[in-house]
Amino acid sequence: MSTELAQLLERVRALFEDVDFTAVREWKAEGADRKAVGHMPIYVPRELIHASGMLPVGVLGGGDRLEIIRGDAYFQSYICHIPRSTIEMALTGRLDALDGMLFPSICDVIRNLSGMWRLLFPDRYVRYVDVPQNFSPDVGGAFWRQELEQLLDDFAGLSGRAADQEALRRSIAVYNENRREIGALYEARSHEPWVYPASELYLVVRAGNVLPPEEHTELVRSYRQLAAAEDRHEQDLSRVVVVGTFCEQPPLGLLLTLERAGCSIVDDDLLLGQRWLTDDVSEVGDPIEALATAYLECSCQTASVYQPEGRRGAWLVESVRRNQAEGVIFCAPSFCDPALLEQPMLVDALAAAGIPHTQFKYAENTGQFAAIREQAGTFSDSIRLWSDA
Amino acid sequence: MSPETGAPPREIPKERSMLLQKEMIAGHYQDLASAPETGRKVVYTFVPGNLTELMRSFDVLPVLPEINALQSGMRKLSGDYISEAEKQGHSEDVCTYVKCDIGMLKQGNVGPTGQPLPEPDLLLLSYTGCFTFMKWFELLRQEYDCPVAMLHVPYQADGTIHDHHRAYVVEQLESEIIPKLEQVTGQQFDEDRLRAELELSAVAEDDLVWVLESAKNVPSPIDAYFGGVYYIGPMFTAFRGTQEGVDYYRTLRAEIEERLAAGRGPITPDGELEEERYRLVLEGPPNWTSFRDFWRMFSEEGAVVVASSYTKVGGLYDRGFRHDPSRPLETLADYCMGCYTNLGLPSRVDLIADYIREYRADGFMINSVKSCNSFSVGQLLMLRQLEERTGVPGGFIESDLVDPRYFSAANIKNRIESYLQMLEQKRGTAA
Repeated sequence: MSTELAQLLERVRALFEDVDFTAVREWKAEGADRKAVGHMPIYVPRELIHASGMLPVGVLGGGDRLEIIRGDAYFQSYICHIPRSTIEMALTGRLDALDGMLFPSICDVIRNLSGMWRLLFPDRYVRYVDVPQNFSPDVGGAFWRQELEQLLDDFAGLSGRAADQEALRRSIAVYNENRREIGALYEARSHEPWVYPASELYLVVRAGNVLPPEEHTELVRSYRQLAAAEDRHEQDLSRVVVVGTFCEQPPLGLLLTLERAGCSIVDDDLLLGQRWLTDDVSEVGDPIEALATAYLECSCQTASVYQPEGRRGAWLVESVRRNQAEGVIFCAPSFCDPALLEQPMLVDALAAAGIPHTQFKYAENTGQFAAIREQAGTFSDSIRLWSDA
Repeated sequence: MSPETGAPPREIPKERSMLLQKEMIAGHYQDLASAPETGRKVVYTFVPGNLTELMRSFDVLPVLPEINALQSGMRKLSGDYISEAEKQGHSEDVCTYVKCDIGMLKQGNVGPTGQPLPEPDLLLLSYTGCFTFMKWFELLRQEYDCPVAMLHVPYQADGTIHDHHRAYVVEQLESEIIPKLEQVTGQQFDEDRLRAELELSAVAEDDLVWVLESAKNVPSPIDAYFGGVYYIGPMFTAFRGTQEGVDYYRTLRAEIEERLAAGRGPITPDGELEEERYRLVLEGPPNWTSFRDFWRMFSEEGAVVVASSYTKVGGLYDRGFRHDPSRPLETLADYCMGCYTNLGLPSRVDLIADYIREYRADGFMINSVKSCNSFSVGQLLMLRQLEERTGVPGGFIESDLVDPRYFSAANIKNRIESYLQMLEQKRGTAA
């Protein structure tokens, strides 16, 4: 491996392992008036935060790198893990660098977590971001435009700097470029997964949660070029799509385990918030209108969002076809309502299309992967040996 | 023999309102069972944020899957239904109301009266206060060949109904819900009829509030949780906006007035409570699979629930909301947004703290149910906040809605008894 690539990977790994958000603190330290706004996984309009001169920071839980001491006292045993580690990080001062926190409408857990935040940290800016479930421009669109205007006002108050239309357009362009670069990496991975192993790609994309988007775009581009220049040989692995991972993130060890068990991940729903919009947001005209329209027309499909036409699972079948995958791994966090309630519908869609699948659950701090390795290995063998998919 | 305790059954005289409610429910299920013959259209929808008056104005019959699930729980059928759904691939981790409903559907969709429920002509998905509702009807959509009307009700994270939130709901009613009801029924929307129904709702709501607030008296003539779930039945389900609903609440109120005047306590599974020893506020839904046993764990100790949050999932009438016929769609929007589980945690804490003071409660208890993240997430923080704010001690128990595997009677009884002993001890110390 080239020194540059090794250094890049070392850097993104360090960013991933750092649950103290040092990169955010360092960014803030460079200017007295710099502020950062955190957000839970899935979609928030980061362009608005960026245009207001603040750093959007994705808060994806503490993973397996954080011992939960106080967080468990706030949640019953039957609730998923991400709110525990997020509360733990907040109570231990790790999120002090964040001047505000956004909770998008992922599920009832994240929604109620926004209320817990209000109760625990009454002096901090907190907002629940209720994305529309109605996709008519005059109805859901009108609602979303007003929510975006409200957010923009809030951010102006928080940063002391009102974003004008030009600043918003610039931020839209910055994030368009970031999404395009991530999209290009996913595309390249789909063609040559052995060049961009999921365990590397994940860290590279994830770094965008704590870095300024301009810097992250460069980092993704560098990784794609550096990895392509490596002499990595094609491997005889099964091509799989991984779903269910859009909120609480699997431990890195789990991604490595899937690869070691013979699975090449060619598509996934990891880190969806960074890839939510599937097309560019218009860089001309009214930027709020552009963001609202992009949400209505170019949102990816996921369990947390209503799909008026039905056809749950059509996107998954399409992803399998597009990426020439041989099977699907349902990999959902324990007690994740959206992923687990969605799963039977997706299974039906796969069954109708004759696509093999397997399923298991994890928590962000799962440390034992033997059973998963065995199951994924068996799945990989079975689809290579017996499937005609 | 009592199916729950094995004890010989004891005849508890039924009050007029109980018989009336029984007749109303039986009539409703009869109407549903005969819908295929009568041609009446059937709409499946949810309790929180239900649009009963609007549906009634189109002559459709509502089916509420949560009510079917809790009825299945009370009739000891939910365990089998849940197993059926899990066999079909539904996770053990998710809402048991959903699995109970899916299991019931797979086993013939026989309703609580033993008659099959008709298939829906419309799935009216009121997405109010519960994310799972959305997935639930997406799952049902796969089973039925019928349209879905989605009403997204914005969450009241800061406890305020903003103008653009109200406008959003009204616009959805106008552009999505009403057109779909018109399409399914072939009837035109009749605003005057809706207004007339809303007027009846407000009359019944006045009486319901009077009944619930009668628990401010010491001793209380009602149990506002175990009894309360019966009192809210007609209001939260199919009878808002009807003369039957008005008559029921008038009858109920007269009975409670009589009970109050006579200084009589609430009715329990074992007859009238003779001595009110503890006044409690309760947060969270009840367990339905062992409902009477659960109730007895309180009533046998003389513990009366004087206010509860669960009886507000279908509307916070006691905080002043009334359906307002002068602004028919706006009032429906406000109703949907104001349901208890659509409120942010700070509002929920405020409400319960107010209840503790207003109802002069000795304590409060949280029944945390595994199935319902909408209720349960944050309850441990609520417990601390309420104790700090009111100085009143809280208790915490865990069970489930309709999964019998998650009702551990001995543990729950033990916790309740210990909690009440602690209250007693505290009382002794204070004296």
